[in-house]
Amino acid sequence: MKALVWHGKEDIRCDSVTDPEIQDSRDAIVKITSCAICGSDLHLFHNFIPAMMPGDIVGHEMMGEVVEVGRGVNGKLRVGERVVVPFTIFCGECEQCRRGNYSVCETTNRNKAMADKVFGHATAGLFGYTHLTGGYPGGQAQYLRVPYADTTHIKVPDSLSDEQALFLGDILPTGWQAAVQCDIQPTDTVAIWGCGPVGQMAIRSAVLLGARQVVAIDCLPERLSMARAGGAITIDFEEESVVERLNELTGGKGPDKCIDAIGMESHVGLSQPDTIYDRAKQMMMLESDRPHVLREMIYVCRPAGVISIPGVYSGLVDKIPMGVAMNKGLTFRMGQTHVNRWTDDLVRRIEEGQIDPSFVITHTARLEDGPEMYNVFRDKRDSCVKVVLKP
Amino acid sequence: MTYLANMSRNEGDPRILSTGPSSLGSQDRMARGLGWFSLGLGLAELLAPHSITRALGMEGREDLVRAYGAREIAAGVMSLSVDRELGLWSRVAGDGLDVATLMGAMREDNPKRGNAAAALALVLGVTLLDAATAASLRGKTRRSGRPRDYGNRSGYPKGLSASRGAARDLVKPDDMRAAPAVTPPPSRPEPAHPRPM
Ligand SMILES: NC(=O)c1ccc[n+]([C@@H]2O[C@H](COP(=O)([O-])OP(=O)(O)OC[C@H]3O[C@@H](n4cnc5c(N)ncnc54)[C@H](O)[C@@H]3O)[C@@H](O)[C@H]2O)c1
Ligand SMILES: [Zn+2]
Ligand SMILES: [Zn+2]
Repeated sequence: MKALVWHGKEDIRCDSVTDPEIQDSRDAIVKITSCAICGSDLHLFHNFIPAMMPGDIVGHEMMGEVVEVGRGVNGKLRVGERVVVPFTIFCGECEQCRRGNYSVCETTNRNKAMADKVFGHATAGLFGYTHLTGGYPGGQAQYLRVPYADTTHIKVPDSLSDEQALFLGDILPTGWQAAVQCDIQPTDTVAIWGCGPVGQMAIRSAVLLGARQVVAIDCLPERLSMARAGGAITIDFEEESVVERLNELTGGKGPDKCIDAIGMESHVGLSQPDTIYDRAKQMMMLESDRPHVLREMIYVCRPAGVISIPGVYSGLVDKIPMGVAMNKGLTFRMGQTHVNRWTDDLVRRIEEGQIDPSFVITHTARLEDGPEMYNVFRDKRDSCVKVVLKP
Repeated sequence: MTYLANMSRNEGDPRILSTGPSSLGSQDRMARGLGWFSLGLGLAELLAPHSITRALGMEGREDLVRAYGAREIAAGVMSLSVDRELGLWSRVAGDGLDVATLMGAMREDNPKRGNAAAALALVLGVTLLDAATAASLRGKTRRSGRPRDYGNRSGYPKGLSASRGAARDLVKPDDMRAAPAVTPPPSRPEPAHPRPM
């Protein structure tokens, strides 16, 4: 089959590889009909996430048709069914899964020993990601083996198109969880850093959940226009001071809830001198992530507010004003998304017409064009916001 | 490479049969080559400045050569990073310094004038390569054309105003509740914390 394979930093190729096979009785094989490139894939592309290996198949937003199931799937999934595959692989039985904390499932990480050493305690297996999360082959491919397939799937009604359903596997529940864990109140101002696909979903989630006002921050005009369409007030951080503007919009009190939809690769520019310092340290391997947004959120957030972090961080950050956070009594919520915890509810909301996540797609291409589309998405060329690939 | 990649696979996972075109363009690969060149030259300048000054008839300027070495290494690291375009432009600037310095070694009375001339020719050649690669990288990654307006992509089939608060029916799990401090204050000025019984 054809698949997008990671060969090294910024080196992704569309290779011919052997087809995946059932390895365990709880496995299923899914023929992929649509998959997407995620902001997290860019961190892998830039080799900022440790423990990738040449030959790894990437991709963790995918959907398709079940073509084979193992004996242990026990009728929970049948050949011919149409499913979205969540990027977090979960068993559904361990203590964490029973609590709904699927992204820290205690059984699905097949490299548990290595992950225990690095993280203290291992987290769940993820598709198309580092070997620290199991190194499972990803779904930017024609076929995908889904481990723990009896639980790790989202069935979608035929009434939804691929474009409407695909993002149930990652960015929609990610934006949703980011907003839900803010515990949004009707009096809240919610500020969202980053108007990429995750930020766009977080904006819509915060609006649907009834925030008083939603403020979105980025510097790309096309993404800001999409954020305004979703009901956000926008701040272009290249044009104005984020802190001043947020204080202005909240009567000097600061946003009650702050969402970081950017993560470790914050924009580097003269308007934010600390990012130049971070970038230099990053090049010399003295720091792994650029936490500009964390610093800004901690500073501007209203005391006793919530900082919600769906943006991915990989390792060590520097100059975090912990004293400010402590004295202001901030709450931090973060993590990889517990995808299936939210998807039944979100499927219903899509069906009822509360939200149609396909609004975010700006580019559709063939899987063979994937390597070039990584460049287009990374460089934000051609007003690209979200790329869908058709294997 | 493909062989190594396949060696480390988990048993049963897909293996590479043949490899296709890469996301790395020729200009990216050229930038990497120049980055490694910069690192190599930088190390030589930093660690063996005497052999360089001797060859060019510039004895006594070892400290300058060492400083140039540090500069080459910084430019090399940058050229090998995601910010390679900036790295290459910083190489171009550094090439300018090299040229100016080598011009100084072209004095009539320098017995090593021939070597200095050869070095100058080399630096000029590399400068061209640096600039051409940087320019081609810029062309490849530049955001051209007017940014599109996505003002009609609300994502709410029922429109924005009907959607504000539409999902307030969500039954929030307890563990998603924030500390009560920023929930709306009670209307009566009564303490929100539990009182002793
Ligand atoms: N927690 C999860 O489970 C999960 C799931 C999916 C994605 N993610 C993460 O979410 C993040 C965003 O993903 P995406 O797909 O939207 O990526 P993206 O790269 O398309 O979007 C990032 C956006 O942030 C903007 N930005 C950069 N620096 C900024 C700054 N200082 N202030 C304001 N805006 C800034 C960029 O212009 C860009 O539009 C990534 O870190 C990704 O890894 C996490
Ligand atoms: Zn993702
Ligand atoms: Zn589990």
